[in-house]
Amino acid sequence: MKQNMPPRPRYCLTCAATLCALMVAVIGSFWYLSLEVGGLFTAASLRHIAQFVGSFFPADFSHAHTAKIWQGALETLAISALGTLLAVIVGMLLALPASGRAGRIAKSLTRFLLNFLRSVPELVWATLMVLAAGLGPFAGTLALALHTSGVLGRLFAETLENTPTAAAAALADSGAVATTAFFYGTLPQVLPQLLAYSLYRWEMNIRMAAVLGFVGAGGLGQMLYFSLSLFQMPQACTVILAMLFLVAVVDGSSAWLRKLLA
Amino acid sequence: MNPRTPPRDPALLPRLSLTVLALAVLWPMLLLAEFNPAALFDAKNLKVMRHFLATFLPPDFSPDFLQLIATATLETLAIATAGIALAMCLGVPLALIATRSLSLSQIAMRADSRRWQGSDALRWAGRGVLMLLRGIPEIVWALLLVRALGLGPAAGVLALAITYSGMLGKVYAEILESGDARPTLALLESGSGRLAALGYGLLPGVLRELTSYTVYRWECAVRASIIMGFVGAGGLGQLMELSMRMLNGGEVVTIFITFLLMVMLADGISHVLRKMT
Repeated sequence: MKQNMPPRPRYCLTCAATLCALMVAVIGSFWYLSLEVGGLFTAASLRHIAQFVGSFFPADFSHAHTAKIWQGALETLAISALGTLLAVIVGMLLALPASGRAGRIAKSLTRFLLNFLRSVPELVWATLMVLAAGLGPFAGTLALALHTSGVLGRLFAETLENTPTAAAAALADSGAVATTAFFYGTLPQVLPQLLAYSLYRWEMNIRMAAVLGFVGAGGLGQMLYFSLSLFQMPQACTVILAMLFLVAVVDGSSAWLRKLLA
Repeated sequence: MNPRTPPRDPALLPRLSLTVLALAVLWPMLLLAEFNPAALFDAKNLKVMRHFLATFLPPDFSPDFLQLIATATLETLAIATAGIALAMCLGVPLALIATRSLSLSQIAMRADSRRWQGSDALRWAGRGVLMLLRGIPEIVWALLLVRALGLGPAAGVLALAITYSGMLGKVYAEILESGDARPTLALLESGSGRLAALGYGLLPGVLRELTSYTVYRWECAVRASIIMGFVGAGGLGQLMELSMRMLNGGEVVTIFITFLLMVMLADGISHVLRKMT
């Protein structure tokens, strides 16, 4: 048996050091935050938590409240759809120079702009937009549009760069102007990909629009924030259920659509 | 070429009806979203924004504030790390329950002749729990937990742990199923225990992917813990929310620079960790 055994693997010093460093980082984190996980499970805090959870039930399904929730859910959908639509338009406009169609300088400038738009999270944009446009769903729409146009602009630009240029070049060679060559030579090739990206972002934005309201940007999130601030727990519970339902519906329908199209 | 232009666009009808449909959907949406670009140029809003933007420069680099930022940054990183660690404590066992690849019944009977069994029920229960855990976004948990546990990082850590354990568990289970099943099967068939089969049969093949996904999630957790600060869960986000509320632009810019540096740092660390495995 002995001679069949593979040689003993070499002792990996770097791996051991990395593991040690990770352990130190984790323990250090708990220590730094002075978290006592055990403290959560004492009788007093468990009773406190049970009381807190209990205050959410029974959920408020009264007619007036559910009507408001429908309104909030529709508002959330409208925010996400409009935000994505605006982002598709702006992203496309920015993707054209970012894919190098207007020279090197324009390319790096628009790339920088896209990176900036993308690196600011939606919620930060929302706080800024609440200042710029006032409380309400319009601020949420703008916030989603700003962040998403950064994301989509970059994806669109990459798609445009990777498209074969033969068709557009043939059109241009036979005398078509640049716009025509783009619309009839390049766009038909990339359109399915652009559409797929946009729908995917829309799906993510529905989820995001549901929580943007925490900073006052409309939709279900704003309802949840209000009810929690007024200690109306049963009402808050219904809003959370509505959020779960919305996300489940979006997940389910997108999985179904994907299967249908694949 | 064709001497006559065709009498009309053959795709006219679908195009026209699509346009009409799009407008019919768009109009109520614009109303619902209170779409009103004029609000951007409203005199009052413009004044607030102009004042706010004017305070952006110069960024606030006073030592006191930098000290605050350093503490908040460490806190954010610690929230992300502790949250992921807790999430793994919950997610790994759930993934092992939910995955099909360590099932003993799969070797007893081949898949097509199997009937519904208790182990299937347990597996589906595990999947259900994972779905519930990741169903509510971490920021909603943070908002709730801040009310239950008070302002501060504890709410952020727990919120991350709840949502991310669901995500980690689901993806771990999928990765375990996507790996090469033959070594595990061979071990299970020759009578080894499940944990040994996991450690010697399955893990060597998928460890790289597991690490890389965990590191990616940590990166997301850093971002998420900044965001969660906006509802009072500690760290850099809470500081930013305060500065924004007081319309102190200089502080906002400094925090923003820190934020960008931190995201870049997290990118770098995850790049190094992924290269090591």
